[in-house]
Amino acid sequence: MGSYYLRRIISAVMTIVLIATLTFAMMHSIPGGPFVREKAVPDEILKALNEKYNLDAPLYIQYLDYMKGLITFDLGPSYSKIGTSVNDLLEAGFPTSAKIGGMASLLIILIGIPLGIISALKQNKPIDYIVMFMATLGVTVPSFVVATLIIYFFGGKLGWIPTFGLDTWRGYIGPVIALSGYSLSFVSRLTRSSMLEVLRQDYIRTARANGLSEFKVIAKHAVKNALIPVVTYIGPMVAAIMTGSFVIEKIFAVPGMGRYFIESIGNRDYTTIMGMTVFYAIFYIIMILLVDVAYSLIDPRIKLGKE
Amino acid sequence: MKRVFSLLLVVVMVAGLFAGCAPKAEDTTTPATTAAATEAATTAPAPAEVPQILKWNVGADPKTIDPTLNGASDGGDVINQTFEALTREKSGVVYPGIAESWEVSEDGLTIVFKLRDSKWSDGSPLTANDFVYSWKRGMDPATASEYSWIWEYTNVVGAYEAVNGGSLDDVGVTALDDNTLEVKLSTQTDYIVSLLSFYHFMPTKQSSVEAKADGAWAKDPATAVSNGPFMLTSYEIGKGLTLEKNPNYWNAENVKLEKIEAVFIDEASTAYQAYQANELYFIPDVPAAEIPRLIAEDPEFYVYPLLGTYYFNFNLNLDLFSDARVRRALTLAIDRELITETLGAGQVPAAGFVPPGFLDADGNDFFETAGNYGIPTDLSKLDEAKALLAEAGYPDGAGFPEFTIMYNTSEAHKMVAEMIQEMFKTNLGINTKLENQEWAVFQDTRKEGNYELSRGGWLTDYMDPSGLLSIFTSQNAYNDPKFNNAEYDELLSNSSKTGGKEHFDLLYQAQDILMNELPIIPVYHYSDFMLAKDALVGWDRSVLGTIDFSGAYIAE
Repeated sequence: MGSYYLRRIISAVMTIVLIATLTFAMMHSIPGGPFVREKAVPDEILKALNEKYNLDAPLYIQYLDYMKGLITFDLGPSYSKIGTSVNDLLEAGFPTSAKIGGMASLLIILIGIPLGIISALKQNKPIDYIVMFMATLGVTVPSFVVATLIIYFFGGKLGWIPTFGLDTWRGYIGPVIALSGYSLSFVSRLTRSSMLEVLRQDYIRTARANGLSEFKVIAKHAVKNALIPVVTYIGPMVAAIMTGSFVIEKIFAVPGMGRYFIESIGNRDYTTIMGMTVFYAIFYIIMILLVDVAYSLIDPRIKLGKE
Repeated sequence: MKRVFSLLLVVVMVAGLFAGCAPKAEDTTTPATTAAATEAATTAPAPAEVPQILKWNVGADPKTIDPTLNGASDGGDVINQTFEALTREKSGVVYPGIAESWEVSEDGLTIVFKLRDSKWSDGSPLTANDFVYSWKRGMDPATASEYSWIWEYTNVVGAYEAVNGGSLDDVGVTALDDNTLEVKLSTQTDYIVSLLSFYHFMPTKQSSVEAKADGAWAKDPATAVSNGPFMLTSYEIGKGLTLEKNPNYWNAENVKLEKIEAVFIDEASTAYQAYQANELYFIPDVPAAEIPRLIAEDPEFYVYPLLGTYYFNFNLNLDLFSDARVRRALTLAIDRELITETLGAGQVPAAGFVPPGFLDADGNDFFETAGNYGIPTDLSKLDEAKALLAEAGYPDGAGFPEFTIMYNTSEAHKMVAEMIQEMFKTNLGINTKLENQEWAVFQDTRKEGNYELSRGGWLTDYMDPSGLLSIFTSQNAYNDPKFNNAEYDELLSNSSKTGGKEHFDLLYQAQDILMNELPIIPVYHYSDFMLAKDALVGWDRSVLGTIDFSGAYIAE
């Protein structure tokens, strides 16, 4: 077991190094630089800027320097917010994104999974149709539409929630709903189809034939096994949701980290692109590891470390 | 319901943008219906019972709020509240700021500023040496201020050289004593006193600047010592900042606002909703779809001319555009009125390069005096265009090679490019293709001349038409069409050495040449707009577009 985790950690580190290297290479291959301005910066100043940010060094030196910083999680200075480091941006943005993302994840798990189960148990009954109709709507209507409508009706027209910001608990309602909409719908659909699949399995029939109560059959045997694909989806989803959404944060004016993923590319803010990508990668890998652990808890047939 | 959908449409468009464009002026914009926000500035003081707290949307989280390093309009709007330069300019009028008075020598080459006794927000005295320090810090390449190029236009002795690596000791800026600042110019520069009100020229306190590197000091209330009407008391990345009245400001008795709560909302439709819900009193941007209605019905919507022009560059290195008749034919085939009407924010069709808003030595508007160079705002000269094209060897566009119109990725630019494409096709029978590139890439492409027809936009940085016209001199870094005309170069060079009527006569002649040769197709002149509650009175703005709350208060 210990050697399994050791192997996982080594492969995780290698993955992160690979991701950082690829991102570094790709971002330096796109044209334009961080100091391209409508009003061209004088040559002397440009030279000083490049020197200051180490951009005049050969690429492989820049790469090595960056990787050196990465070991101590020093992500370097942001080019588009002078005097602010990428670590500062993360420290300011991640807690906010994580708070909204965490609430949205909870909402997805606590509502999405039960809805899917109910739907499956009541297959082709009115409640199944209603849930699946809502779920289809949730998957197809983009989050920015939901967000804009929430602000317009509940913020502007009715005044129930503030139109921007997170200063009161009401401020969280809009972003959390808009952020969870898609995944909540997806999870309930996934749970439903997975449940239906499991309910047709032989061991469920056997359990019933053994005279187990219907509740026990569902709770102990069906749901547990039906959750495997759901957990597979939820792991990476949590990483994605908790690192923020560009659109949701922009529309609700939430000071999270989601915007930096997009803005830093337009600004050629190399260090911020790198920092966000690496941070997300680490989070993602941790979530995948947790998913694997969850597998072995849900289904004893799955043993970690044995192929 | 219609409103909801127009809102949605805006969001869709914004979400599709992403491009890290320059300031707001880049995409949207308009000119003059103008407003009188200033009239209340001198009326009765604020009633005491209304809390004097202004809720303001700055826009995006500024890159920096260090006056010396800043080069963006959002940062400039904050800095204009926290700092004060030698002078303060509101609506084109220059008021004494930290300088009580100034004297210009006979030859116009020496200006001596008499500074009033004033203090920093920490109570320490502010002296002429603080200006010398800040200005030299701005010029020093080691500071790497992106705005340092502005020194070239100040004509301060040695400043341009210093920016390009020369000695800071040779710069003609001297503190004669604590209250006297002498500035030596290499040539008479009539706009200099107005230019010195700009944020780049505001003083900073050395010990404070050195407390935290790269302008980080200015965002930390513990180190952000300033000298303006307000001072920074909090700053949260991506969220907002708080300013409070600076008791040590020299004119504090006339500052009525106690507090400014500023937020960073860069999504126009969200800020607009917040404004409607009275959660914000002043917002610098509104959803594009709302503009026509706001212009028509909302007295709280203000539109100002913005001193700049939207145009297309011909690549003059190509044989395709070497014939002036072809360039003129293409210029005449564009219906500028249709474009500005479609954009819907009241932009002014451009028949020249210099926009409305510059007064010449006789007090006349340069734009109006210059006339339209035979370039109408509509299609009334289409016959002339067709005749010119036929003369050049392409009757009805026959045989004219297809070319590409290039623009940077944005819905607004795309719309203009599509309209022009259609106009060339319908009016002249010329086929074109459209190509867009992301902003950072587009700028390189344009600079390197890898285009046929490309979008351009320019805003002046100081109150003189040369702020626009000088970009087409042959050696200028922003001369994207690669226009090369010795007479034009000479006129601009001579105009920079003269003042008064002579100066403007030379600039009129220069624009005559530009509009005769047409290295560009002028399309429209920009404008600036904002929403401000009626209850907020006494606010103002500089002609270059920086907001000023020093005299503002909440009335009801």
